[in-house]
Amino acid sequence: MGIHLLVDFGSTYTKLTAVDLEKEDIIGTSKAMTTVKTNVLDGFNLALEKLKVSCPDMPEITGISACSSAAGGLKMAAIGLVEELTVEAAKRACLGAGALVNLVFSHHLSRKEVKQLKQADIDIILLAGGTDGGNKECIIHNAKKLRDADLGVPIIVAGNKDAADEIEEIFDASNQEYYIVDNVMPKLKMLNVKEAKEVIRQIFITKIIEAKGIKKAEEQTGEIIMPTPEAVLLAAELLAKGYEDEEGFNELMVIDVGGATTDVHTIGEGFPKRSEVILKGLQEPFAKRTVEGDLGMRYSANALLSLVSPYEFKQYYEYDETDIEQSALKRHENVEYLPDTDQERAFDNALARICCDYSMSRHVGHVEVVYTPLGNMYYQTGKDLTDIQYVIGTGGVLINNEDAKEILKEVNHKSNKKLELRPTDPVFLIDRKYILASMGLLGQKYPKLALKLMKKYLV
Amino acid sequence: MKTVVIGVIGADVHAVGNKIIDHVLTEYGFNVVNIGVLSSQEDFINAAIETNAKAILVSSLYGHGEMDCKYLRENCDEAGLGHVKLYVGGNIVVGKQDFKEVEQRFKKMGFDRVYPPGTNIEDAVKDLREDLGE
Ligand code: B12
Repeated sequence: MGIHLLVDFGSTYTKLTAVDLEKEDIIGTSKAMTTVKTNVLDGFNLALEKLKVSCPDMPEITGISACSSAAGGLKMAAIGLVEELTVEAAKRACLGAGALVNLVFSHHLSRKEVKQLKQADIDIILLAGGTDGGNKECIIHNAKKLRDADLGVPIIVAGNKDAADEIEEIFDASNQEYYIVDNVMPKLKMLNVKEAKEVIRQIFITKIIEAKGIKKAEEQTGEIIMPTPEAVLLAAELLAKGYEDEEGFNELMVIDVGGATTDVHTIGEGFPKRSEVILKGLQEPFAKRTVEGDLGMRYSANALLSLVSPYEFKQYYEYDETDIEQSALKRHENVEYLPDTDQERAFDNALARICCDYSMSRHVGHVEVVYTPLGNMYYQTGKDLTDIQYVIGTGGVLINNEDAKEILKEVNHKSNKKLELRPTDPVFLIDRKYILASMGLLGQKYPKLALKLMKKYLV
Repeated sequence: MKTVVIGVIGADVHAVGNKIIDHVLTEYGFNVVNIGVLSSQEDFINAAIETNAKAILVSSLYGHGEMDCKYLRENCDEAGLGHVKLYVGGNIVVGKQDFKEVEQRFKKMGFDRVYPPGTNIEDAVKDLREDLGE
């Protein structure tokens, strides 16, 4: 027994959560600046000092689990054949593994695209294309292009199995690091991302952590077992499904409004709720994560602003006299900015509301009315989330914000967005103690306890 | 094994024939990718690209086939599927019309084979073997 310590090496803060296994409770949390540039252990040790000061009677630490999104998180490129099919499947594998998908390509890679890959700061490439027994010409072409480009980045091959041998030969002829895994779309529209996700995590643990200067932390924390967003997704899944006799919440959504991105996770099938609606497109993952790189409170504040017109912005923000662009730029340039006046807080709330609203439009399924000779028909692409019971808010802005639940209401169904299958009347909960990622980690060893703690501390 | 994509185009829900075609072609040794009823041109095309299909067999039963099939050939060509054979069958036009004329119209639209109502799938199998090679 004793304390199980959960560590999240975040992009800005290293956060600690101490769980007393005997008392079955969280007895303390602390944070300090992440220090990847010097020695990542400095930040960790400082946070640990703070934790010990705030809980002087803390029992001995008997176990540690850690995750990381420091140094930009895990950045990936997804390559496939048809945009709606294997490209989408590849993207979902990356997102489900907790990565950011910085580049996405379909069909045959061009020189220009290879150049983009060279210039981008990518950690892993996922290469898909073709169903098993289907098209192999494209993925082989792309494998050759990637070999010739000599990017020095591991490549996971998750395409048509018929192409595997030839791709092996292509990569063996150079010293390209590669992994051949199950096809992300073995049959038309069938999604199969399990093995690809596992290998992404494996590469993250063994290679990426080291490349980003976080490996040193393992001297203190033991193996860093996953990227932080994956931990959040696992926490959400545990909370939805329950564990043994400890009941879960069923279908739910987690929205994480961060400085650079807004992540949305939903756990649920999302099948059509009405019989006259036909489901279209690639199979949806039960636990689905989407990431919006242009929706964020700080680094992405000015990207966000370019999405909305000044008129639209005013719908979220009641002050007149602010120079909106200046306020956004200030946040972009100083990502540690904290609002100090009511007006600045209102500006932050406006940004947060836009993050919630826009990320929801992109995450939920859409219905499309098709006007046919026989009248209207409805096609659904993506998940129907109208019946989602719980929406949980997390991320720096929300957890410390009195208006958090008000802000979260932006995810709800809107009369001007009728075709989006948004939640209608969910219960809103806030991750006030900022424990979701930690509980995802804890759930790997103590699922029941993690579940109990989430039920207690999400309010 | 040769891959063929089958499906029912447009807002058409007639599902029975589609199931039979799937069954028969599979029996005859084809790898059948069945995209089912209510399929758009785009669905046929995307399926054919990913699965490397050699032929697309379009069914239309409800009378609006001509409208739904318009530009399918051109759209396939645009998507790099110029080599893929296009077949169509079912009740592809409204009411009873002279089939020779109907066939001409669909051939002009770029279909390689056009079948009248009540066609035996075995006939199409013969044509597939001829067109795709054994
Ligand atoms: C059952 C049926 C329905 C059912 C369908 C249930 C279902 N989900 O499958 C319901 C009641 C829903 C229905 C609705 C309608 N139907 Co209806 N329906 C029929 C009916 C009676 C039988 C169809 C059937 O299953 N046949 C059995 C199968 C095995 O045969 P098949 O579908 O023709 O397919 C075979 C061949 O055609 C061929 N084949 C088919 N495709 C292809 C493609 C290739 C490449 C090849 C080689 C061969 C091939 O092989 C198949 C297997 O042997 C036919 C009349 C008839 N007797 O055909 C009308 C019929 C098809 N329906 C018709 C109509 C008009 C309609 C409606 C528009 C009626 C309305 N106003 O609401 C709607 C349309 C709904 C929609 N959105 O699609 C008309 C079409 C007329 C036309 N083309 O000019 C028909 C012909 C009746 C008629 N004589 O008027 N229908």
